[in-house]
Amino acid sequence: MAILIDEQSRFIIQGITGREAVTMTRELLNYGSQVVGGVTPGRKGRDVHGVPVEDTVRAFTEHMHVHGAIVAVPPAFTADAVLEAIEAGIKLIVIVTERVPRRQVAQFVEYAQQEGARIIGPNCLGIISPGKAKMGGIGGAADATHRAFTPGHIGVMSRSGGMTVEIANALTEAGLGQSTAVSIGGDAIIGSTYAELMPLFDADPDTHGIAIYSEPGGPMEAQLADYMRESGSRLPVVAFMAGRFMDAMPGVRFGHAGTIVEGRADTTAEKIARMEAAGIAVADRIEQIPVLLKQRLQA
Amino acid sequence: MRLYEYEAKQMLAKHGVALPKRTLARTAEEAEVGARELGGATVLKSQVLSGGRMKAGGVLFADTPDEARAAAARILALAINGQQPAGVLVEERRDIAQEYYVAVTWDARAKRPVIVFSDMGGIDIEEVAQTHPAHVSRTHFSNLRPLSDYVAKLAVARTGVTGNDLAPLTRIVLNLARIFVQYDLTLAEINPLAKLADGSFIALDSHMDMEEEARGGQRALLGELGIADADTRQARPPTPFEVEGARVDAADTRGVAGRVVEFDGNMGLVIGAGGGSLTLFDAVRSAGGRPANYCEIGGNPSVAKAAALTKLVLSKPGVERIAVMMNVVSNTRADIMARGVIKGCIDAGRDPARTIAIFRIPGSWEKEGAKILARYGVEYVNRSVSMHEAAQRAVAKMG
Repeated sequence: MAILIDEQSRFIIQGITGREAVTMTRELLNYGSQVVGGVTPGRKGRDVHGVPVEDTVRAFTEHMHVHGAIVAVPPAFTADAVLEAIEAGIKLIVIVTERVPRRQVAQFVEYAQQEGARIIGPNCLGIISPGKAKMGGIGGAADATHRAFTPGHIGVMSRSGGMTVEIANALTEAGLGQSTAVSIGGDAIIGSTYAELMPLFDADPDTHGIAIYSEPGGPMEAQLADYMRESGSRLPVVAFMAGRFMDAMPGVRFGHAGTIVEGRADTTAEKIARMEAAGIAVADRIEQIPVLLKQRLQA
Repeated sequence: MRLYEYEAKQMLAKHGVALPKRTLARTAEEAEVGARELGGATVLKSQVLSGGRMKAGGVLFADTPDEARAAAARILALAINGQQPAGVLVEERRDIAQEYYVAVTWDARAKRPVIVFSDMGGIDIEEVAQTHPAHVSRTHFSNLRPLSDYVAKLAVARTGVTGNDLAPLTRIVLNLARIFVQYDLTLAEINPLAKLADGSFIALDSHMDMEEEARGGQRALLGELGIADADTRQARPPTPFEVEGARVDAADTRGVAGRVVEFDGNMGLVIGAGGGSLTLFDAVRSAGGRPANYCEIGGNPSVAKAAALTKLVLSKPGVERIAVMMNVVSNTRADIMARGVIKGCIDAGRDPARTIAIFRIPGSWEKEGAKILARYGVEYVNRSVSMHEAAQRAVAKMG
């Protein structure tokens, strides 16, 4: 098993005719994902690597079940594309677009909550259930993706797309495969946080442990610590904390839009303390993640 | 992006929030004229983006225009946390009966805006929340439903405020929440919000932050406030090196070479991208290295862009070597990066083999990248060498 997507998941790509999306479509098809359609207004009747293009999301949802949508349109059109997908009844939406204003993100996330849809991102590389399917640019070309990601029992969640791949690769090198890896997005407000995805991993019998990449800024790590204390999660969690140098530089933004130290609770020191108090092991180096996970899986 | 107090107050005034009479002075002479026109006692406030203004001596009181002139001269000569004041705000001094606090900001956990209100304003709100929790209310509101009066009323009433004060405070809180929503702010704060002896309310100080991503959509407001595109409003003004970094990024639309920040070390960094850069910068420091810069390169940049960034980093005095490192990449091509950094070295008149301490970019086209680097004698490591280990090896080569 896995979470969110598997080899049965059929999905569409909104903005499929964009340069990056065309490349992504080819990579997804080569990896075995079921890309059943694409949407670009005015391009109905064309195809991208054999995938049919329509003007609207409904052109697909009216005659087939569509499990998910990748939104790969420019920032100014992102909110509209997400609303269209939710309104058409799609329940899983991966938004890869960067630089979407926060108020718009909060609006479509609230709408998704009302309609029972799940959003991953924005500003993310997507989801992969290794050996089954991927949804988004995560891992790049199919052969590179197979090299970094292998099927197995570790769930991965990361605020950085690139570090999702780096961590999965470190796990693979150490002989630990992954059940599902989720690049959750680097913005201050995102569709699904660590704590919001944890119940899915907890419910997946094939997931035995969790690896997390975290950063300064925001309450996401504190929320995860609360989840671990309150839920009685069965899963050992190992986190890596980047951006420790930022603790001494409040108010300066490095990295992602969500990465800024505004108060004491935003610092890496505070987040590490909170996570450790909740039983989460914190690695100092990426290569310690598989070591710490193996220790906990054997315990 | 932070707004100056005088700009925040301009927005409050436009939306019907009462303020002290005030004038912005750029010189001590203007402050004297302003104080004379206001008449009576004044308060003079340094216009800086940094906090801690009061403690630093950036707020002074004056009873006469002459005193205002002297105070303004002192304030204008005083840098606060490295920032020169953009001016001095001269305001009439009013008799205050009570101070309140109100702010609207994002609650990332609830994914909604939250109104924070207190009837104990003027002091550190975090401290009030600890010591007098019943005097601080937190009230969230929907991103989708129209913002209605009752939300603001709830925020005020929750602290126990009632009677004649409830309606005027509700109106101010509602106006502030509307400003927050309309202008894509990440923080809109009035502290203190003062009740005067006559029972009316005015905003004594205000602090507003606008989201960077919203600048494009808020051009009308930025024009009104006179904020130019080049005015970045960072905690410190960008250095010439950082300005050049932004120019390198803008010169070519392929890929990104963003967030070039200058540090005072001797080891140049060509690293990427968002999370990878944070990890690698930490890795270099924990290995005892002294970074000369921070940057984020990625998104499949062109040879020209990678070369221009490399050349820029090498142009910084004291940079002996550079480390070229990334996490396992999904769409950036290792061979293009290899060609780019070698070209950058050669353009800067440096020998790539001696200049590039290490090259670690695992991912697509890495074999081709390794071949190019081998030809120039540059040390290449693949994914079997971790990011931290690569950083350690690079630091070990520094003098």
